[in-house]
Amino acid sequence: MSLATIWAWFTDPANWQGTDGVPNRVLEHLLYTGLTLLIALVVAVPLGAWVGHSGRLRWLVTGANAARAIPTLGLLFAVSMFVGPLIQSDLAFVIPSITVLVLLAIPPLLSGTYAGIDSVEPAARDAARGMGMTGWQVLTKVEAPIALPLFLSGLRSATLQVIATATIAASVSLGGLGRYLIDGLASRDYVQMVCGSILVAVLALVADGLLALLEKRAVSPGISGRATRVARSRARNSDPHSEPDPDGADRSDPDSRQAAVVGSGSTGPVEATAATGTPSERDRP
Amino acid sequence: MIRFEGVTKRYADASGTDRGDGSVAVDDLTLEAPTGKITVLVGPSGCGKTTTLRMVNRMITPTSGTISIDGRDTASLDVAELRRGIGYVIQHAGLFPHRTVLDNVTTVPRLLGTDKRTARTRAMELIERVGLDPAMAKRYPAQLSGGQQQRVGVARALAADPPVMLMDEPFSAVDPVVREQLQNEFLRLQSDLGKTILFVTHDIDEAVKLGDQVAVLRVGGVLAQLDSPAKLLADPVDDFVAGFVGRDRGYRALSFAAAPELSLADEPTVSLGASADDVRAVGTPWVLCVGAAGEPLGWVRAAAVESEVTRTVLHRGGTVASTTGSLRALLDAALSSPSGRGVVADDDGRLVGTIRAAEVIPAIEARRDAVASQAPAEEATAR
Repeated sequence: MSLATIWAWFTDPANWQGTDGVPNRVLEHLLYTGLTLLIALVVAVPLGAWVGHSGRLRWLVTGANAARAIPTLGLLFAVSMFVGPLIQSDLAFVIPSITVLVLLAIPPLLSGTYAGIDSVEPAARDAARGMGMTGWQVLTKVEAPIALPLFLSGLRSATLQVIATATIAASVSLGGLGRYLIDGLASRDYVQMVCGSILVAVLALVADGLLALLEKRAVSPGISGRATRVARSRARNSDPHSEPDPDGADRSDPDSRQAAVVGSGSTGPVEATAATGTPSERDRP
Repeated sequence: MIRFEGVTKRYADASGTDRGDGSVAVDDLTLEAPTGKITVLVGPSGCGKTTTLRMVNRMITPTSGTISIDGRDTASLDVAELRRGIGYVIQHAGLFPHRTVLDNVTTVPRLLGTDKRTARTRAMELIERVGLDPAMAKRYPAQLSGGQQQRVGVARALAADPPVMLMDEPFSAVDPVVREQLQNEFLRLQSDLGKTILFVTHDIDEAVKLGDQVAVLRVGGVLAQLDSPAKLLADPVDDFVAGFVGRDRGYRALSFAAAPELSLADEPTVSLGASADDVRAVGTPWVLCVGAAGEPLGWVRAAAVESEVTRTVLHRGGTVASTTGSLRALLDAALSSPSGRGVVADDDGRLVGTIRAAEVIPAIEARRDAVASQAPAEEATAR
């Protein structure tokens, strides 16, 4: 096997057509990923926001993180055996696959949302209420924008994991890019396996890149630390009138938070999957 | 006017049931914060001062009693509407980190439905008014120092021009130099705006400096004394208040006594650059040096001048009192002067004359006699 054979596989028109073709498999893969993330978001975001807001049931977040240790493939077979006989259609495989992936996606989303809401300074929340914001306004105008970077870091982590793990759907006879791996293994077509892996990796990187772009656009410079860095360099150069900052050490917080966000998201699938603990734990030395 | 009538806040005890034996944060408080004045709530930790403040905008609900603002019971109003009509400043400013200074300041007007442009124009005025560079408007809170953040906090509370302001230890998280600066500017602002302000602090000096009236609370939320700062210093009702008000009360109370017209001694002066002979010709061991506009610069020890008077030989330990200042400033000028002659200047900072401590003391005694012969009067405060 050489680069040439891989190149040949990718340039063979036969691999780009029909059910078995790359476009269809990518589409299936994205469909599983999208559906999984949608369900996981619906479950994890309100729950995480509530835990972060109320400070109650924090063990849910810790528990969910511990649940990451459950082997995904084993769980898939277990759920399939349990659900399979109950349903007489393709759903017999779809439901277990999506369930397993959702369980995988929930912990990073849950802890990201929780840590994001939890990172809102009590004083900011108090001021928001005291100035006459309704509960909903406090959530949407103050808590959500401040929570955004940590939430997005959770979303990126979840997306990477789901894209990487959605390959297992093929092991219970579904589609997606996992087909290339399973079929390649069955027919000892290692070139096909390698190409399938490359496709998964590229898909993961593209998705992560898009989310990184979104993060850059959506997160306020006041939180991401971009603004702080500009101010620091400006303060060093001029601005002799600025008052001494007695809390200077505390003010570096946005910077360290940004560092944590970047660190957990842009390191690629392997490290992102390996990263354990909630963002807040990593965020606060 | 904010009026508390028999307001009590009792927290349920640890078992979660309110059987009446829970801890009492505020106990049957009746108090009036008059319109256009600063009322300071002061007391040790656990005296319920913050609880009292937070009951006004219903961040905390009283267990019993009523709180009214300009005659309207706050409990009868929609809570969001009530809060939008009250300026709220808290200890760590509580700025929104994701919003620029400008957008922080426009928060309440925007909640009230003011259009963005009007809100921003007004916000810019306020940003300047609280002593911030207009260029700061585009910055984010993380880019500001603690003192600057607190100024933004004050501007934000003023944005919708509320008649009533609640301020919860707004200046206690900044260093003493910045704090004093903020306090002075706050007083200047208040003299323009005339808001009805309820101000919480644990610092008695701040209370005495800022308050038109000061309410001292004791642990358990009981009002110990409500008086003008001068009265509080001169006449604490009990040992608790006396202890809380602290040392040097007699001296500090002089801050509230306007300096009477005293005959000042003419002081011979020299200018910068005067020769050693000129200085010695005056004939006193310490000679006052003044600037071109007649402003006192400092004392010169005649024996120490080698060739001529330069800025480096000036003794700067002495304070300068103002003819329109307080007795405290007058006495302090005399006490701090190396020559024993306190320097007094007019409002424009020009030297008027000097006075000795021995001449200030009779003025203090005369004032005490005058106060004692009248009914306990409210002294004009001199700040």
